Amino acid sequence: MEIFVNGQARQVPAGMTVAELLKLLRIETRHVAVEVNLELVPRTQHPQHKLVDHDQLEIVTLVGGG
Amino acid sequence: MQTTTTTPRDEPFCLGIHSLNSRLIVGTGKYSSYEIMQQALELSGTECITVAVRRERLIDESGHNLLDFLDTSRYTLLPNTAGCFTADDAVRTARLGREILQGLDNPGADWVKLEVLADTKTLLPDPVATIEATQRLVDEGFQVLCYTTDDPVIALRLKQAGALSVMPAGSPIGSGQGILNPNSIRICLEYLKADDPDYPVIVDAGVGTASDVAIAMELGVDGVLLNTGIAHAADPLRMALAMKKAVAAGRLAYLAGRIPKKLYATASSPESGVIAPRGVKSRV
Repeated sequence: MEIFVNGQARQVPAGMTVAELLKLLRIETRHVAVEVNLELVPRTQHPQHKLVDHDQLEIVTLVGGG
Repeated sequence: MQTTTTTPRDEPFCLGIHSLNSRLIVGTGKYSSYEIMQQALELSGTECITVAVRRERLIDESGHNLLDFLDTSRYTLLPNTAGCFTADDAVRTARLGREILQGLDNPGADWVKLEVLADTKTLLPDPVATIEATQRLVDEGFQVLCYTTDDPVIALRLKQAGALSVMPAGSPIGSGQGILNPNSIRICLEYLKADDPDYPVIVDAGVGTASDVAIAMELGVDGVLLNTGIAHAADPLRMALAMKKAVAAGRLAYLAGRIPKKLYATASSPESGVIAPRGVKSRV
């Protein structure tokens, strides 16, 4: 299936969970928050939350700012 | 010898559930390196630092993360919604920031520095969207610190919407122009603290150098939030120390109570007992 991660299209296996995607992308989960289709997916739900075709994800972290 | 003082005792800087030993809030953006940022934060004496929420870079695996350079057990993080131009995006960004801070177990997870911008050139806030976003975030349990202009009417509306603190800009973000309209800040203070003298008011943005911080504090604001003034100084470490001293000096001067301004001079030395002017004979 095709999903969009931070604006970029990406092919991933059908039924992949948020937790599996973060592992695939080698992202330190402690440093990020994930939104799927404009809704926050809390950390505790990452292992259960299954992605579906055309999901739009935002994976964000903290950066320097004022 | 017993001494008495008529000036008020200084209290810790209380912002909601947070009690801070420094009245300076410092941003983490625009430093030439993470190491310079770390040292500047240390020298500034701050206990509260702002951070922004941005997309994780998925390509640059060697890229460092800000969080590798921040002692999150030492600083209370204040996530911002910088870069948001709608109330919707600001609310989403606030939720994402809270999620990250909860994961870090940082006490800043309960609050947000709300910025809803209207214009890329001036970075002026959209006051209507800022009020709407404040109401929505307060309903979701956030403690909201609002970046706004120095308009006293909007400031009061933000307080009424439930803002924990109203943070008028001294001048445009990053402009270094200082406190352009001290009278507006005075009126903001009068309106916001009228029945509520402990309501925290923070000057956020525009500070260029130490005297700007001192002027803000002398007006009676409770704190100053700054970033570029330190990060882009020729020597950020010296400037961080200067800002620390300025915030302390300005606060002390405010508590001490300045003398009124007068048009004409008032001699500091006694006017009597001066020696006889040359050529004037003393009377016997």
